[in-house]
Amino acid sequence: MPEWTRRDFLTSTAIGSGVAALARGATPSTPDADTGMLNVDRQFDITLVVNGAPRQLHVDARTTLLDALRDRLHLTGTKKGCALGQCGACTVLLDGRRVYSCLTLAVMQQGKSITTIEGLAHGHGLHPVQSAFIEHDGFQCGYCTPGQIMSAVGLIHEGRTGSDDEIREHMSGNICRCGAYASIVAAIKDAAAHGA
Amino acid sequence: MVPFAYAAAGAPEAAIARASRAEGIDYIAGGTDMLQLLQEGVRMPRELIDINRLSLRGIDETSDGLRIGALTHMAELADDARVKARFPLVSEALLASASPQVRNMATIGGNLLQRTRCLYFRDVATPCNKRIPGSGCPALDGQNRMNAVLGGSDHCIAAYPGDLAVALVALDASVEVLGPQGQQTIQVEQLHRLPGATPEVETVLRPGDLITAIIIPATPAAQHSHYLKVRDRTSFDFALASAAVALDIPSGTVREARVAVGGVAAKPWRLREVERALAGKPLSADLIAAAVAHAGADATPRPGNAFKVELMRRTVERALQVAGGVA
Repeated sequence: MPEWTRRDFLTSTAIGSGVAALARGATPSTPDADTGMLNVDRQFDITLVVNGAPRQLHVDARTTLLDALRDRLHLTGTKKGCALGQCGACTVLLDGRRVYSCLTLAVMQQGKSITTIEGLAHGHGLHPVQSAFIEHDGFQCGYCTPGQIMSAVGLIHEGRTGSDDEIREHMSGNICRCGAYASIVAAIKDAAAHGA
Repeated sequence: MVPFAYAAAGAPEAAIARASRAEGIDYIAGGTDMLQLLQEGVRMPRELIDINRLSLRGIDETSDGLRIGALTHMAELADDARVKARFPLVSEALLASASPQVRNMATIGGNLLQRTRCLYFRDVATPCNKRIPGSGCPALDGQNRMNAVLGGSDHCIAAYPGDLAVALVALDASVEVLGPQGQQTIQVEQLHRLPGATPEVETVLRPGDLITAIIIPATPAAQHSHYLKVRDRTSFDFALASAAVALDIPSGTVREARVAVGGVAAKPWRLREVERALAGKPLSADLIAAAVAHAGADATPRPGNAFKVELMRRTVERALQVAGGVA
């Protein structure tokens, strides 16, 4: 008997209730060039480039980027901690910049490149920031950790690792309820020093 | 969220025409406040018009200041070398706002229009005259620690929570607005309205109006400027009290002072009595202390936020000390 997980159940009921309502939507690209009219719709076919691969989705206008990544693309490494942009667990890289995926709509990111925690490692090797988090024990329960790591990658790219205080200030968008902050700072410092 | 329609605008005219002619249509830019309002059910638009494809980005140095496209991200403006050199107050105010992730997404135009953090406004299970006119103001005798001591009314004591607007008010900045009838320029100090008896009307903007740019006039005072934000947490928190100050002090004598405060008032609040007390005098710690002593004498504190009056004075005092280089 195949295993039927809770996630399978939730996904199946979502699809079941959605099929009757779904209609082929219009691509939310540029509005009609001839008349300048707005292409107004409730559901859209979009393409998101996620971890290097183009992914096509049919989404309701209300679908957040976070929900598109987790529920539609099954990339559940990105976490929903608050859904209000206050905790940072949903941090991803959007065209290389760190953002809260819960605070934007999937339709607004048509054609954009998104990197999630699943896309950091190349092949079998961990990203240097991931390795540093393991080496410095930069997590306890691990729930905030994907967001911390994605945010740290963004932080290092922004060049904000000049001091412990600078790291703390510019990682302030990521909350850790377990209080692993000291180890997180140590991990980031280490990764930055070794050219992460 | 209640269902809504969505469209991405390619030109301002089509967006403005549509948004000005029908109810329930909102613009969405960075979306960092809008998504919170949608998730909590505070805003329930029929339609969102995405304005991110409009050509309203970029920072231009003009003959008399800066002109910044309204879709410029907060992070880009904060890190711009010209802004840090000529208007440090603006960069400091932006870096004191939100978090790096929000600053990478949020636009400066949207930042000016962010809604209050009053917990009753943001909780649809409670009455709120701003959200539902006539339903009442539970903040008056309730949890009002984050609420205003200046500019409120018996209908609403919501505080304006943003930082950039406070710095812009100190710098006499203005916004360019495109509407159905054409373009107009509005001083940032005139943009937000006091609640009075109609707290649901927060700005002078009309339906469909689109902020297209922020204009910051050059002023010698910007050279010695500072933004100080006092809050419960060291970062990623709204102001309990904040001060945006700028001093034109050739040879240590104050030619002109600019002082604006945030977190304590219904809109960004200019303290002209403090400015007048400083003008024309040699700057010193004693002068600053005397100048702020009666700031906010007209405040109407509630039990939960009365501390803000003294906190505001001390925040302004410290900010002036830093900007003026006196300890």
